[in-house]
Amino acid sequence: MTDDVASTPWTGYAPSAAWDEAMDVDGRIREPYARVYAEIDRMSGDDLVSRAEALANTYLAQGVTFDHAGEERPFPLDIVPRVIGGDEWDIISPGVSQRVKALEAFLADVYGSQHCVTDGIVPRRLIATSPHFYRKVAGVEPANGVRVHVSGIDLVRDQHGIWRVLEDNVRVPSGVSYVLSNRRAMSQMFPEMFGAMGIRPVLEYSRRLRASLAKSAPEGVDDPTIVVLTPGVYNSAYYEHSLLARTMGVELVEGRDLETTNGRVYMRTTAGRRRVDVIYRRVDDDYLDPVAFRSDSALGAPGLVTAARLGNVTIANAIGNGVADDKLMYTYMPDLIRYYLGEEPILPNVDTWRLEEADAREEVLDRLDELVVKPVDGAGGKGVTIGPRASKDELAQVRDQILRDPRGWIAQPVVQLSTVPTLTDDGLEPRHVDLRPFAINDGEDVWVLPGGLTRVALARGQLIVNSSQGGGSKDTWVLGGVRHRGSSQAPPESRIELSGMTSVPQAAHPEDNIAGQQAQQQQQQRTQGSEPC
Amino acid sequence: MLSRIAESLFWIGRYVERADNTARLLDVHLNVLLEDPWVDEPSANASILSVMNIPHEDQVNRDDVLRKLAFDVGSSASIAGTLTAARENARRAREVISTEVWEALNTTRMGLPRWTRASRPHEYFVWVRERAAIVWGLSSATTSRDDAWHFMELGRSLERADMIARLLMTRNLEGTTGPNWTTLLRTCSAHEAYLRTVRALVTEERAAEFLLIDRLFPRSIAYNLDRAETILTEIEGSESNRVLAGRARLALGRARTNLEYSPVRDILDDLVPQMHEVQRACSTASDLIRDRYFLPAATVAWNQEAL
Repeated sequence: MTDDVASTPWTGYAPSAAWDEAMDVDGRIREPYARVYAEIDRMSGDDLVSRAEALANTYLAQGVTFDHAGEERPFPLDIVPRVIGGDEWDIISPGVSQRVKALEAFLADVYGSQHCVTDGIVPRRLIATSPHFYRKVAGVEPANGVRVHVSGIDLVRDQHGIWRVLEDNVRVPSGVSYVLSNRRAMSQMFPEMFGAMGIRPVLEYSRRLRASLAKSAPEGVDDPTIVVLTPGVYNSAYYEHSLLARTMGVELVEGRDLETTNGRVYMRTTAGRRRVDVIYRRVDDDYLDPVAFRSDSALGAPGLVTAARLGNVTIANAIGNGVADDKLMYTYMPDLIRYYLGEEPILPNVDTWRLEEADAREEVLDRLDELVVKPVDGAGGKGVTIGPRASKDELAQVRDQILRDPRGWIAQPVVQLSTVPTLTDDGLEPRHVDLRPFAINDGEDVWVLPGGLTRVALARGQLIVNSSQGGGSKDTWVLGGVRHRGSSQAPPESRIELSGMTSVPQAAHPEDNIAGQQAQQQQQQRTQGSEPC
Repeated sequence: MLSRIAESLFWIGRYVERADNTARLLDVHLNVLLEDPWVDEPSANASILSVMNIPHEDQVNRDDVLRKLAFDVGSSASIAGTLTAARENARRAREVISTEVWEALNTTRMGLPRWTRASRPHEYFVWVRERAAIVWGLSSATTSRDDAWHFMELGRSLERADMIARLLMTRNLEGTTGPNWTTLLRTCSAHEAYLRTVRALVTEERAAEFLLIDRLFPRSIAYNLDRAETILTEIEGSESNRVLAGRARLALGRARTNLEYSPVRDILDDLVPQMHEVQRACSTASDLIRDRYFLPAATVAWNQEAL
């Protein structure tokens, strides 16, 4: 392929220092990408660009958008998919599921008897000082023991190709709607590849989510009424909320649609009040209930927390989950996995310094210019300082912040996130990506959506991939799901069924040309009659 | 169905229908200005703005009319404004309306900027009518006949009755002889149906009768008032609090029977007040529907002291 004279989109593609998922350092294509490579190799550069434009246009027409600085923009989807081999997924999926089980156990413990503190695994101070630890929900037993109904565990791949956990999200992880719509758009764009590659499907997500929400309904409710609670149409993830409600077939409510009476939650409908049993909320804890939390919140419904405490309604994800997913608690996760599950962590963490510890702080402050410093409580890539890219002033500022509030910050070595070929203005180039697989816990089992949201930093060398920082996304294909189509014959039982079937003719207006003989005869007569003249 | 969603659906129905009829009405108006040699254009423009209840000066030029009724995105009386508002409402009710209808409304809004300051307004109007037809066609083909459908239909029939009443008022515009009855029939896509039903040349009384009270033609006022009444009954079903919905039906029914049982001549002689009456009935019904099914803002506000 190096001898190819004709220019293809791949001409000039070369991996940088990071682990490139499509091509190794010698320019050989890695096995999972072989098919994608060949397919794109057959196109011209213009071809690829025009497909990418078509992709953006369908997103605008479908309204697949997110709000950026008050403006509705199409969600950027890159034309080159990210491919994950089946064998890699066999590590990721159990790894994520293990992590979720540990988080679940930890939350149950924190809001229960706090064994992890008495056994000396986690310092009490850490829990008590967490801004997301709510005494108000201590002692609340969720109906089927699930607090983390939906989670998103952010993974990265380091320069050696090892998958590591970067962050846990167990509050209101977002992005799954883009996984679903990316897949829909890409399958229309590359039908050939979908047929041949055996990509694991993602569509069952909504069904799984609905089933798990139904299972979490308060005891004694047979046919629970489930709703999705959104902050409203101006929220940046509104598209996702409405997509989930639509594909689950449940109501999408805003806080003002709900009211609580006698510890029960109702929604206001045209036919009067209707009881609500499960609320899949996409509103942050602080805004959920003006009685219990911020009294100025107009996004929640007063009395929700009381109703949840009484066990009359299930709130998913549970209130107070934030205590488990801040970046400081993250550093304890490997220990917690060993403590609760008695297993070794399948997916390692990224090395992290806890700046509360004096030794670590000293070392970090010495090497500030080569480390990444993150706020413990941040999301969306806000407040992250990447040492090698920061100016002197910025570093001085970070130093001050750390000294002032060591509980509020962590430091990590710069992880060279893996790269995936991405279409840019200069053709295909390697760009850094991460991966957010989504997991659903229905109380019996943790199911991990095959794939997840791949976020890509669109600027060269940029390591922050969040869409609020100008990042894009990729459809993530996990191989090895279904048997390869066309390679084998249909199983005999289906053929037997087919042969036993008789077809019913489709009717048509008897005088129309397509209706058959009589019409043909008339036509013949007409043509015969006219020809001799 | 959630009250908030029902309200959005109701307004999608009204807005799309309003855009459609405004396009028809403007199309006729511009045509009349072209064809009437003795037209006093500024007063005619002013009076079409009063038909649409838009504040204006005594003398209005054509660009103003087009801006206010066709291109102003911020106005609930202009085509661009209503189509944008319909799309915003659809976004709020996104999980209830079908994907096809959503995409039709979304791409319609995306197409709007293309037409601002169009050199040929007629093409814009044709496009608007087509888009409205696409929305109705898709929603009729993809919506279950449950409350979602009923509220959209309710908004649509109320708006249609209201807009046809306004359209008929243009017959008596200041400063011009107004469109003739054949044109009015054509505007309502009713000319062919009229010829088939009445089997006679267009006379004033027959044409007026057709647009006012024909029981079978879907663009007559009585047909739409009747349709709204029927839908209200269907929404209400066997429910307890019938008072407000009943009053809405009452307002509509009174307007309809007034048209049906008065001699056509009387209505024609008194056309503008009679048409005002129809519009008032629609607006009363709309208010009562809001009070009954969509919560008024007052009850939503949460007062901390109350706890």
